[in-house]
Amino acid sequence: MTETATARIEMRGVSKIFPGVRALDHVDLRLEAGEVHALMGENGAGKSTLIKVLTGAVRRDEGEIQLDGKVVEIGTPGEARALGIGTVYQEVNLIPTMSVTKNLTLTRQPRKFGMVNWREAREVAKARLKRLNINIDVERPLGSYSVAIQQLVAIARALDDDTRALVLDEPTASLDANETAMLFNIIRDLKARGLAIVFITHFIDQVYQISDRVSVLRNGRLVGTGKIADTPPLKLISMMIGRELEKTALRLVGNAKTSDAPVVLEAEGLGKRVTMQPFNLKLRAGEAVGLSGLLGSGRTEVAKLIFGALKPDTGRLELGGAPMHGSSPGASVRAGIAFCPEDRKAEGVVGELTVRENIVLALQSKRGWLNRLSRSEQERLAAEMIKALGIATPDAEKPVGQLSGGNQQKVILARSLVAGPRVLILDEPTRGIDVGAHAEIVTLIRKLCGQGLALLVASSELDELVAVSDRVAVLRDRQMIGEISGADITRDNIVHMIAGAKS
Amino acid sequence: MSQAQTTSTRSSSLGATLGAIGRHRVVWPLAALALLFIVDFIISPSFFNIRIVEGRLFGSLIDIPYRAAPTALVALGMAVVIGTKGIDLSVGSIVAIGGAVITWRIHAGDPHLLILFIALAVGLLCGLWNGFLVAALDIQPIIATLILMVSGRGIGLMINLLYGGTDPSFTSPLLQGLSTGHIGYIPTRLLVFVFIFALLWTLLRRTALGLFLESVGGNTAAAYLTGINARMVIFSAYVISGLMASSAGVILTADTHTSDPISVALNIELDAILAVVIGGASLGGGRIYLGMTILGALVIQSLTTTILTSGMPPEYNLVVKAVVVVVVLLLQSSNFRSLTLSILARRKR
Repeated sequence: MTETATARIEMRGVSKIFPGVRALDHVDLRLEAGEVHALMGENGAGKSTLIKVLTGAVRRDEGEIQLDGKVVEIGTPGEARALGIGTVYQEVNLIPTMSVTKNLTLTRQPRKFGMVNWREAREVAKARLKRLNINIDVERPLGSYSVAIQQLVAIARALDDDTRALVLDEPTASLDANETAMLFNIIRDLKARGLAIVFITHFIDQVYQISDRVSVLRNGRLVGTGKIADTPPLKLISMMIGRELEKTALRLVGNAKTSDAPVVLEAEGLGKRVTMQPFNLKLRAGEAVGLSGLLGSGRTEVAKLIFGALKPDTGRLELGGAPMHGSSPGASVRAGIAFCPEDRKAEGVVGELTVRENIVLALQSKRGWLNRLSRSEQERLAAEMIKALGIATPDAEKPVGQLSGGNQQKVILARSLVAGPRVLILDEPTRGIDVGAHAEIVTLIRKLCGQGLALLVASSELDELVAVSDRVAVLRDRQMIGEISGADITRDNIVHMIAGAKS
Repeated sequence: MSQAQTTSTRSSSLGATLGAIGRHRVVWPLAALALLFIVDFIISPSFFNIRIVEGRLFGSLIDIPYRAAPTALVALGMAVVIGTKGIDLSVGSIVAIGGAVITWRIHAGDPHLLILFIALAVGLLCGLWNGFLVAALDIQPIIATLILMVSGRGIGLMINLLYGGTDPSFTSPLLQGLSTGHIGYIPTRLLVFVFIFALLWTLLRRTALGLFLESVGGNTAAAYLTGINARMVIFSAYVISGLMASSAGVILTADTHTSDPISVALNIELDAILAVVIGGASLGGGRIYLGMTILGALVIQSLTTTILTSGMPPEYNLVVKAVVVVVVLLLQSSNFRSLTLSILARRKR
């Protein structure tokens, strides 16, 4: 790293307001030449917006950007590129069915007599890959190579001879350990050539492997910037999660001992390659178990593996002492497991169907298609749930798609409850729900546990987990790294555990 | 002051009621049908007359449902498939294959009641094939059913060759009775239609299959996570469509008592899709309106009848049909309605 008076890139007081949201609030970011700068933050912290301002994909409302000491205006991605700022977005925007050559020369094909000169295009492609020391057949379709190679091709495309800064948005998200190591070698090489590299990731370990400095964003504000050597993981995670919510929510637990209640669900060595390392988990009747970890640590994956929405390739699952045969949502629902997904729009509600139809769907699926619930039965169940959960809808016949997000979330919860499960899995149950409804749902969860329901809650909200859980299983980098139970469940303990051995 | 308020509330609630009626899905297709009937009445004042000729009811109001019945059967199957966000282009070919098989088996001397079931089994088989391609192999419905659409009529011609193919006509009191006969004053095919409709309605609405089909069409991932076997549900939609198409095939083949794979039920898939869409369903899936689909089929047939009775050359038929369909769809589009309203409001100001 060369600490000089003028930074490679200096962003000052950058703000961006989207309708109703202040995505960036006077953020400063300084990138030196020849450094890898990690940009960290939970979902919605403003990382993507900041990057898009830098690369011209989003126009800032306030602030200025300097490149090597000169104020620059970056209005479009093309202008950013002309200034020497290359970007590789999270969703690889290459075309897998086209050859590597075509992908690498898509925007500027060498021409001869107005026609594309493919021979020269091949040479250009090879030269671009050579910069990264990659030697592959450029005529093969990109899709025939591994994700890692595709990622490198994307980087090769972002690099020109005069590239001064490179932005990598979650480049390692779908890579395994070896592929990641290969990518890091290339990043180190680029760094040695004096590029300023912005590295966005959710993997804490990788930040310590490759970065020189780190900046943390939260709720659109810069929380801090520092040398990675001076920022232990615990401090980093505290910065990301924030402390202003410290006024720990009243613990609703203090309930009867559940440690001698019968085991309802037991997962042994359940796992899936690349997705989630094998884990063990026990759920007892009346017990609420929390799943905690940063984004991408495997919370949703654990929930989906247990429910059968992801097919495990190792391990086994027992329900009420009997092994589960086959794993599919259908089998799980019939066996008495219910699942409320995190992404209610994509995986939760059926927007065209009415509130009533959405509420009875899981129970109906459990009963089978021949054993239809009568209309009056459906209406009774829907009315009951609308009242119990306080779903704000003019009547049960309104299409769910027309309800507000929080009410849709309640409809999904109602659907799971109506099916009368023994095990209920909630993935981010209170995301996008107002405070009042939040409390109602937490209270309801506790009540159900009192009746013997076993509950698994995956949540990014530590306070919520502290409030509802009898035990918390902690995840990091797609591994279950431990459990905390009883009085030991505090924000600090969970954060310590997520930070892991490095603290 | 308070009086003025009451008046304004009352008028706004009246407006809301009118708005609700305008939004109700049954209104616009029904209005289109009424409009067509009025045009028919102006062209030919005897349009609404119903007489008894040779012991059966006779008149335009009987003729329209009589001719619409096969299309309506196909359209009902199509409505189910479209409800799952799919489409079945092969229905015309299924009719053609069914017709060829019927003629072939009659030439082979099978009992005609057996042939009726063989014809339905052919439709079942075609539906299983489509369902296999879409549900098991994940091929996009439009491509998957295009395969049978393209090959089906050729298969029909090949079946014709099985008995020499010289004379593809036949007589069958049973099948022709189902298609062109009458029971009492009422055409038999209308009774057949009502029977099949009742079966389908029971299958969809008295079991949970209809709800499953709609939830899979509305949001496959969500339906899957509630434990519904989405593949089986999609599979069943194509099987239903195949069966409905083959039942229409029996009526159409017996009507002409010949196997004509090249031109029988030509473009019926397009009429069926139109009927479903006029009935208010979205090609995006998620809703199945059986009754409305019949209304859609009636609108399409009335249109054809109107063009014929108006004395316009039949060449105009397709173009006029297209225009009317566009108008009905525009009326149904809430975007278009609010646009028109806002333009009108601007004029007034």
